[in-house]
Formats: sequence, C-alpha cells, structure tokens
Amino acid sequence: MRVMAQMTMVMNLDKCIGCHTCSVTCKQAWTNRSGMEYVWFNNVETRPGIGYPRTYEDQDRWKGGWQLTRRGRLKLRAGGRLTKLASIFSNPVLPEISDYYEPWTYDYDTLISAPQGEHTPVARPMSLLTGDNMAITWSANWDDNLGGAGETMQQDPILATMSKRVEAEFSQSFMFYLPRICEHCLNPSCVASCPSGAMYKREEDGIVLVDQDQCRGWRMCVTGCPYKKVYFNHKTGKAEKCTLCYPRLEVGQPTVCSETCVGRLRYIGLVLYDADKVLEAATVRDEKDLLDAQRAVFLDPHDPEVVAAARRDGIAEDWIEAAQNSPCWDLISRYEIALPLHPEYRTLPMVWYVPPLSPVVDVVTDSGNDGEDAPTLFHAIDKLRIPVEYLAGLFSAGDTAPVVQSLQRLAAMRAHMRNVNLGLEQDPLIAESVGMDGETIEAMYRLLAIAKYEDRYVIPTAHAETARELEMLGLDELDSGCSLDHEGGPGMGGPRFGSSSGTPLRATVENFHVLQERQTADAIDEPRSRVNLLTWDGKGTPPGMFPERESTPPPHGEAPGAPDPDGAAPPSGPAPSADPGPDPGPASLPEGGPRL
Amino acid sequence: MSATDILLWGVLPYVVTAVFIVGHVWRYRYDQFGWTTRSSEVYEKKLLRWGSPMFHVGVLMVAGGHVVGLLIPREWLYAIGIDEHAYHLGATWLGTFAAVLTVVGLTILIYRRRRTRSVFLATTRMDKLMFVALGAAIGFGTAATVVEQIIGGGYNYRETISPWIRSVMYFQPDIALMDGIPVLFTLHVVSGLLLIALWPFTRLVHVWSAPVGYLVRPYIVYRSRDAQQGMREGRPGWDPVETRSRKR
Repeated sequence: MRVMAQMTMVMNLDKCIGCHTCSVTCKQAWTNRSGMEYVWFNNVETRPGIGYPRTYEDQDRWKGGWQLTRRGRLKLRAGGRLTKLASIFSNPVLPEISDYYEPWTYDYDTLISAPQGEHTPVARPMSLLTGDNMAITWSANWDDNLGGAGETMQQDPILATMSKRVEAEFSQSFMFYLPRICEHCLNPSCVASCPSGAMYKREEDGIVLVDQDQCRGWRMCVTGCPYKKVYFNHKTGKAEKCTLCYPRLEVGQPTVCSETCVGRLRYIGLVLYDADKVLEAATVRDEKDLLDAQRAVFLDPHDPEVVAAARRDGIAEDWIEAAQNSPCWDLISRYEIALPLHPEYRTLPMVWYVPPLSPVVDVVTDSGNDGEDAPTLFHAIDKLRIPVEYLAGLFSAGDTAPVVQSLQRLAAMRAHMRNVNLGLEQDPLIAESVGMDGETIEAMYRLLAIAKYEDRYVIPTAHAETARELEMLGLDELDSGCSLDHEGGPGMGGPRFGSSSGTPLRATVENFHVLQERQTADAIDEPRSRVNLLTWDGKGTPPGMFPERESTPPPHGEAPGAPDPDGAAPPSGPAPSADPGPDPGPASLPEGGPRL
Repeated sequence: MSATDILLWGVLPYVVTAVFIVGHVWRYRYDQFGWTTRSSEVYEKKLLRWGSPMFHVGVLMVAGGHVVGLLIPREWLYAIGIDEHAYHLGATWLGTFAAVLTVVGLTILIYRRRRTRSVFLATTRMDKLMFVALGAAIGFGTAATVVEQIIGGGYNYRETISPWIRSVMYFQPDIALMDGIPVLFTLHVVSGLLLIALWPFTRLVHVWSAPVGYLVRPYIVYRSRDAQQGMREGRPGWDPVETRSRKR
C-alpha cells in the first residue's frame, strides 16, 4: 500500500441552477487574457446537449483517454509514444478553436464615435481572432437551457448511444446542468500524452498542472484529455488548464468556482488512495466495473492501518485529519451517492457528481402525486428509464444500477426528512430499503441540504513554512486579482509583450510598493511590462525599449533603466541603443513604481 | 583575396556561430516561457495537415544531406564504397526529392500563413524575418542544385565548400577554397549563415526540443510541490534558514 492524498471535488447536481457564476468568476480569475478568450476552465453544460467543445464526449472522433488493447493492456486512445512522435508535425485529432467557438468582442467604439445619423448605432460583433466582423453562430453554452436543442440535441454523444425514439420525448421530460472543471484524474491521460514531460501530477495533493516553462506546445495533451479540459493558449503557444486554484487551496481556501457557487453545491476535500492500485483499477476489463474498481482504490481514512500507512508515507497529521473529515469521502464511499463523470475513459477522474433527483420529483409532482413519498419516488425512478439511462451514460459507463441507487438514496432522504420535520412517526423501512439507517440519512441530509461552509470545504493548508512563500501567495492575489499574473500563463508572473518571455516577477517588498501605488493612484496603471527585443511585436513604444526623447516627459513615473529625464543625453557608459531598459534578467524589478 | 572574401568566409562564420551559441544560451536561460513551437494548428488544420509534415520531413532530409555532403570528407565515403558517381547520383536525386518536399511544404505553409487571417495576425515580425531567411536559404539551395547539378555539368562542392566548412570548424579557415564558387552557392551559404544567426531568436529553437525523451519516460509524471517551491524560484536574500554545510 502506498498512500497518496488527492484533492477532490464533488458536485451535487440537484442544486445547480445553471447560473454560470462559477464559470464567470473562474474566467475572471484565470482566463480573461489574450490567447485564452475561448477558454473556460469551468463551464456549465445543459444536458442533454452537445457540450463544450462540441461533442467532446465522442471519443471515436476525438480519441481522448485510455482504452484497453486486445491483450488487456492500457493504451492511449490517440496512440502510444511512437504514434505521437510520428504525428507531431500535425496532430490529426486536435480540436480547432472553431470546435469550441470563435471568440468575439463588440465594436463598442461605434456607439460613442458614430456620426449623427438616422439610425441608432449598433455595436457589431468582431472576431477576436481575425478582427473582422462576424456572425456569432456558437459559444461555450449556446444550447443553454436546451436553446436550439431541437437542432443540435441529436449530436449529443450520450443520446446517440440511446434509441432514436428517446430523443423527442427526452427534452420535454428531463433537463439538468452539468458544471465541469478539470477532473484531476488519478490516471491522467493528458500527462501521459505530453511529449515534453511538462505536465505533472502533484505528489502532495494530486493536482494536475502544466509547467509553463517546460511546455513546448506540442498540443498532444489537448487530444489526450477526454474531457477536453486542457486548452491551447494560442498567443503564448502553451497548454493551460484548470489549476484547481492551487494558490487558494494551499492557504486553505476553496476554489474560486466553489467559493462563488450560488447553489453551494460543491464540496472539496481530500481522499486518500492507494497509488499501487491505480493502474490495476484503470485496467479492469468491463467498463461497468470501473466505478467499483475506482472506489476500491480509495482508502478508508478512519482505518487505523491506513492511518499508519499514511504516516509512514509522509502525509502530515493535519492532512490525515482533513481526510477523515472530508465531505468527498463521505459522499463517494460512505453514502455512495456520488459518481464519477465518464469512468469509461479509464482516467479515474476525481471530480464526482451526485446525480440530480429533482427532475424526477418534478415529474411526480406535476402528475399530481406526492413528490416526497418514498414508494412513489422509487416507482418513478424505476419508471423513468430514459433519464436514468442517460445519467448512467454520463456517470457509470451505462450501468443503471449505481445511478438508481444514488437516486433512491436521495429519494429516501426526502421522505425520511419529511417525517422528521413534520414530527411524524419514523418509518425505519424507508432507510432500510436503500441500505442505510436513519442516523446516516440525517447526517447525509446535513451535508447535502444544510451544507455549512466548513462542512463543504475541508481543506488543509499546504506545508510551506517559509515567509517567502506565504508572502508570495498573498501578494499574487492582491497583485493580479488571482494568482495568475497578467498575460502569459498561470503563475508565470510579470506582464509581457508579444508572445511573452522572461522570468517570473517575484513578490517582495518592491511589489508591495507597486501595489500601494496602484491602490492609491488616480488613474489606471499603464501595463507594467518588461520587454525584450526578441519578442517585442513591434506595436507601440514600450517604456525602457527606446531612449527617451528629451522633450517628452516620462510617462508614469520613470521607467527604471531609462535615461535620467532631467539629464540630457545619458552619460558615458552604454550607448542609448544598447541600453536594454529593464534588465531582462531574473533580478529585474517591476516597472512603474518607486524603488527602494 | 579581397576584403569581402575575408569578411564572408573568414569572419562571418565565426560571428554567426558566436551569435548562435550565445543566443541559445541566453534564450534558454532567460526565456523558457517563450521557447515553444507557437503552433497555429488551432486556427487552421486542413492546409497544415499537408504542408507541415511535408516541410518537416523534407527539411530533416535536407539537414541529413548537408551533414553527409559537408561534414564527412569524401575519402571516408570512398572507404565505404560510395564513389564520386554514386554520391553524385544520390545527392542529386535524393536531394531533389527532399527539396521538392521542402519547397512545396514551405509554399503551402507560407500561403496558409498569408491567406488565413487568424494565422497571419498571429505572425510576429521575427517570424516574418525568419521566413525570409529560411525561404532564401531553401530557395537558393534548391536553385543551386537545379542549375548547377541537374542542368549544368555538376559542380563539385566537395572540393571547395565542404573542405572550407571543415577548415572553419577547426579554426583554420581556408578562404582561398571559396574562390570563384558559383554565385548561387555563395547566396545559399550566406543566407544559410544568416538563418543560423537568427535561429536562437526565432521559433526555430523548437527544433532542439524534439521530445525524444518521451520514448523512455514513464507515462505519468509526478512532481513534488516542495521541489519547486510552489512553482516559484527563490529570490536573493530570501533563502530559508538552515544550518550551513560544513563541507566546502
């Protein structure tokens, strides 16, 4: 047994109202940058629907994830090492941006600058890729709330596996939202696909990250991920993905998407697992056994043997305790109501879902029946085969039994809690019929329905006991709204010009002064940028790039390294043209602020 | 031996080599983040699907041909039974095949870059400069092969250019060897040198990142957070407190 800890998320789909707050806050924190316009680390899909990027679940087409060879060995669906290298000059199954959607903005300037005329000026949509006017035909959630689903729904890869008859009646009876982030899989096929070895799984918490310095832009990870949650930054030429907001997790805060979730449907906690069993679990023959195999990889954190092994393997005491209090462990393994998304991809995904019961309840109550009566609900779950089959297509490789069990337990919880709340006599049969007892059901109810903040998020802090790191974590957030510094890439620091270059901007006392200046300034700061000749794209005259003209007053304070503004020509020493401006080296300071 | 000759064949190669080496060291140390293929496949795939493999396979063949033709003394090839005639046949026909692949591939790629607006807008000045140098080197090289080797009687560069390159490599540049070489070869060599000088400052650096290590590494990579200090490098003056090592 080799114990490892995995930061895990569970989403209770019953509570998702499809408001996209998680997507928007995530976007604002991580992907509101040039090159990432089309990227949503977190997106919310309406199901049935074709998802983002379109039909990403169709692995016959997109070749994501793993599959078994005939001899029962695990192999990347898009091909092994040699195939990858052979197709490195042009990856045949890479989605184009148009498979996500062409990002756009609006020509807002027309609204202000249009001459007086007969008609009200209109801000026309303009492509962010070409700058041309464009017709918007698709976006990240174009089929939101089944909008236009009559046209597109038949492309839903899950529906395609069900019978044709189903489609028409389906949308009238059943709809739910599916928020998606990176799954931070135990057996990540994106990591396995990366030719450069730039992608990795963090030993401490299992978060899957892209090393932005080592990524060489071969794009195999985008193909490798069956959930299409690794994206290509078309400006920097590097892969980027959901980071599970690791800078927040490291200081004990939930991810941005969780923190801002209006429905409070997300749970974050640790799950301990046996790293030695991962491959075995991913290799089981029958797809329908994958769910149980994955659950068998998880270790009971209350088991003294597991605790001893965890200590032996260097997991800190507070992390073991957090694993014992983990809401995710409870939902996945204790109550067994959470299910993984597409276990059949064999990546052992670690964002799990509690399937939605409310559509079933809606059907029951709409037909005039009692939506909180256990037998009625059980009957409805049995009778509503289509939704159950669809959910099974998402969460259990087509096996309806686990979905039925989850829904029945949720239904039993409803019935049981009604009796409790109305002070009626308890019917122990309700709990027994789903293999639970009253106490467990009430505990499950507290976790799912009361859902206190401290119960939903049990996040131990990272063990980074140095002042420098703590200071950086704090400053990152202050400095740029989140830990992603300006254009360039997650955690890459410093703003850049063109296709970006240089070393990260580091946080110390200089940044503190920059921050202070920014917070007290009257005007919005000019982009503070370090430029080098190599990647300067020729636009504008960034400060420090050229010697300042004598007549021009220096913009926004003085750029370090620029010639002294009150002196005439720079004194002896390097000629103006050789003046590199801001030192491109690692010790360079952020511009625009007074120095110590 | 004119001053131009000395500059072109005795000075320029060393300047170019110095820029090449120092440029790469500098770029590798200070611009890991900019070190990428800067692929534009997400914008456009159909033309790339044809152009990119053609160009890359072609240019790798061309590179191999240059190693054989320039760096390996012909006596060594004689020793393994490749005489002048066999070499000439192979170099001309294999070389022409590689040149066709490369030129057609490059043409598709340049056409694509110019005509696909999103790709064109993602093209930096450095890219354009690189395309000029690359196009010139490939164009003059192809022209030299066609004019001198196929149409003409066959110019034996293994008596002039090849020994000159080797003489440059062991720091005894024999400038006289380059006396009176055909003008197309002159242009090819000079544009090639220009390309080499530009190399470290363009996207061409991705060549050195060819991921051969992928063939032998385990599929799943694990890294410790501690090993990388939360993704950030240390900063002078903020070293953690620790006992000094007594070993010096």
